[in-house]
Amino acid sequence: MEAVQNFMELSQQVVGFIYPNEIEIHWSILIVVYPYITGLVAGAFILASLVKVFNVKELQPTYRLALLTALAFLLIAPLPLQLHLGRPERSYEMFMTPNLTSAMAMFGFVYLWYLMSVLLLEIWFEYRRDMIVWSGEATGLKKWTLKVLSLFSTDISEKAVAFDKKTVKVITVIGIPSAFLLHGYVGFIFGSIKANPWWSSVMMPVVFLFSAIVSGIAIVMLLYMIIMPLRGGKIDMKCLDKVASFLFYAVIVDFSIEVLDFIHRLYESEESIKILSQLVTTKLFMSLVVLQILLGMLLPLGIMVVIKVFKLQEELRRLLYFVCAVLIQMGIFSTRWNVVIGGQLFSKSFRGLTTYKMELMGIEGFLVALTLLILPFVILSILIKLLPPWKREELAGN
Amino acid sequence: MDRRDFLKNVCLFISSGAFVGGLSPEVWAKMIHKDYDPAKHYYGMGIDIDRCIGCGRCMQACKTENDVPDVPYYFRTWVERYVIKTDRSVTVKTISTSLEDPADTFVEKDMLRSFFVPKLCNQCDHPPCVQVCPVGATFKTDDGVILVDEKRCIGCRYCIQACPYGARYLHPKTRVADKCTFCYHRLVRGLLPACVEVCPKQARVFGDMKSIASPLGRFTRMNKTHVLKPSLNTDPKVYYANLDGEVN
Amino acid sequence: MKGFLNKLPEQAIRVIVVFLVLAAGVFVIRQFIIPPEMKEPTLQKLSSMEREADKEVKYAGAQACGPCHEKQHDIKKTGYHRDLSCESCHGAAQKHADNPTDVKPTSPQKRDYCSYCHTYNSSRPTGFPQINPDTHNPRKPCITCHDPHNPKPPQTPRSCTACHAQIERTKAASYHALLGCTVCHSTPEKHKLSPRTVTPTKPDTREFCGKCHDKASPGKGVPAVDMNAHGEKYVCWQCHYPHMLGGI
Repeated sequence: MEAVQNFMELSQQVVGFIYPNEIEIHWSILIVVYPYITGLVAGAFILASLVKVFNVKELQPTYRLALLTALAFLLIAPLPLQLHLGRPERSYEMFMTPNLTSAMAMFGFVYLWYLMSVLLLEIWFEYRRDMIVWSGEATGLKKWTLKVLSLFSTDISEKAVAFDKKTVKVITVIGIPSAFLLHGYVGFIFGSIKANPWWSSVMMPVVFLFSAIVSGIAIVMLLYMIIMPLRGGKIDMKCLDKVASFLFYAVIVDFSIEVLDFIHRLYESEESIKILSQLVTTKLFMSLVVLQILLGMLLPLGIMVVIKVFKLQEELRRLLYFVCAVLIQMGIFSTRWNVVIGGQLFSKSFRGLTTYKMELMGIEGFLVALTLLILPFVILSILIKLLPPWKREELAGN
Repeated sequence: MDRRDFLKNVCLFISSGAFVGGLSPEVWAKMIHKDYDPAKHYYGMGIDIDRCIGCGRCMQACKTENDVPDVPYYFRTWVERYVIKTDRSVTVKTISTSLEDPADTFVEKDMLRSFFVPKLCNQCDHPPCVQVCPVGATFKTDDGVILVDEKRCIGCRYCIQACPYGARYLHPKTRVADKCTFCYHRLVRGLLPACVEVCPKQARVFGDMKSIASPLGRFTRMNKTHVLKPSLNTDPKVYYANLDGEVN
Repeated sequence: MKGFLNKLPEQAIRVIVVFLVLAAGVFVIRQFIIPPEMKEPTLQKLSSMEREADKEVKYAGAQACGPCHEKQHDIKKTGYHRDLSCESCHGAAQKHADNPTDVKPTSPQKRDYCSYCHTYNSSRPTGFPQINPDTHNPRKPCITCHDPHNPKPPQTPRSCTACHAQIERTKAASYHALLGCTVCHSTPEKHKLSPRTVTPTKPDTREFCGKCHDKASPGKGVPAVDMNAHGEKYVCWQCHYPHMLGGI
């Protein structure tokens, strides 16, 4: 009878009419975390590739950090998916009998491709020489870990290192479309659901992609500003300014695409427009209008314009960049929230709205989501210990 | 029993070899239930809005027949009540199967027209749920019914998101997707789905579209029929007669 | 080929070997270790259908009751409840059919079961017999006056309200409250037996309403129009709903 009571509570939150089975929200906070995390992976990788493919020299200090960040988040990316399953122990079925018409079935393959063929390979070739050198200097467990990681290779001749460099470049070139694929595909999972007008849009993968780039650049910027001083180095302002200006352009593109999508929907004004505008002005007002658009996008844009126009002092610039990056993270998280949760708050009968009540403790609750968001940083700190993104001379040299 | 086991082994043997997927329908059939051959049937349902009295017996029978959780949500089939007023405003409510709830909570003042709409899985010919299932656990049988393999469903709920009709839910006990099966276990025995069986007004008719003489055949011949959300191109096999344009 | 391999630095070969080992491992596991029933969609579909077909039947179906309950079956066949399955009222009875002596189906005796269908509800199709349980012989079980297997009103109803409660309610609040149904409709006796196939008449000329509503008619305080100028080719009820308040 607890179930019935639960129903009574929920049904009081319902506005208008929903199909009876819609009383339950099926994709919870964990599915908000999932595209957020993969977005960070794709975005961080794109930032790294700017250095290798487009030869943006200023960004060199963030290159390795961006790669490690991408790896740390990618390792956690499948976890929210796994945990939200009704039967997590059966997830292997995805590899046994993948349904070729299902966007979701491709997750395992896209993920494996990206992890094995792009990220791990690139990091391996990038760090190989250093791993060999470091394993010579280290002792005990660390020595052996590094030896195993470098697959016991020993050749650090100039010719071999040159080969590494060339390979990294090739992998990056393959990596860019792969990163686009990884996150564009997450957008496609939502964009291809014709039953849901809030999701169903050809723009969805594009919107996801650019918001991914925005969030990825912002997280690397944030991490750079925090970790560099912690490791005793000095923040390279030239690099930071460059990252910020890429961030600025990415936000502008992302914003334009989202506005375009919005205007298009409003102008076409299809059957669903009434319920969607009701959704935006009531249930999603805080997370969409205030958090995502005003605080997460327009405010950081304004701040960055101010920085560019007024040539502020270094100290103040750093502070403002920091604020921007934090705001943008919050904004992009709200974006994911508004897509995933927002898309389930209205009935497919287009006659009513329902409510999502987040659990605190349960497996699909707030605490698990928070843990999943913290875990990548733990992994990142281990990775940084093992494979330092900056060499001692770099830290001291500046 | 022996014959079934033997055939099953034959199937396992064939499919474990190089040649897969070429099982003939006859072989299939005899393994499901006695002499039932799915390839010889193709099922559909007709619903006459003008006949439905909103008694909710179908909802009750469905819950009984299919062990659907006995709570006022989670339905494989349900009945909606529409009231359209003279100002063209539309109020919709899922009817309750319990008598304690007042049956007539709408004010009939200013009522323009009103009716009941039974809903269930539309057993689409182009089912979006089947398209999106990552592991192929939900599938269309040869007789046109969409089933969920409860042994393999991983509970990702993508199908629930993809269904335009809200016909699916996550079963709270098994934690896998659940939905109307047209009472498949009854069909193979030549029985009607439970909701059709108990409908007192024959508002629901059921039939085989491969047979000319079936209640559904007459239903589709004598009525102008409509399906729900035709623009989504799902090709439902649940046909409505006298359906109001406000229904979606 | 050999030259190309020689040109590759040792680290590249190490990576390639690792990938080849992984790929070979996956191939071997998938091809030889995983049993076919875990990876063959065809087989899985089949066993899923089999499981579905094996589920327990709870409603025995319309054919099951007649052979034993001949008397009730024959009575029901000709009455108003002829379209009902026995199980619509008596509940799922497969268990009873399997074991007639030990398991007995339910047999609703109280008022509330009948009211699932027969309580007045403004959304029910007009003509379906409905009552207001608060005023219709309160607290008396329905079966004291009506035989559920052959339900009839205890005497032929004087008014049409037994079935047309909605119209009666609307009419009672309209200017036509004092007009009996038979003033405008004449009803063949057969309408009571086959309500849908034999229907009552409606006034088919304008002059019928004109008897009261024409300018020249003697009626006092009755809204009157010039029948020659008003309404052109239409019969009055094609625009005005005579049962509705005001009727305009």
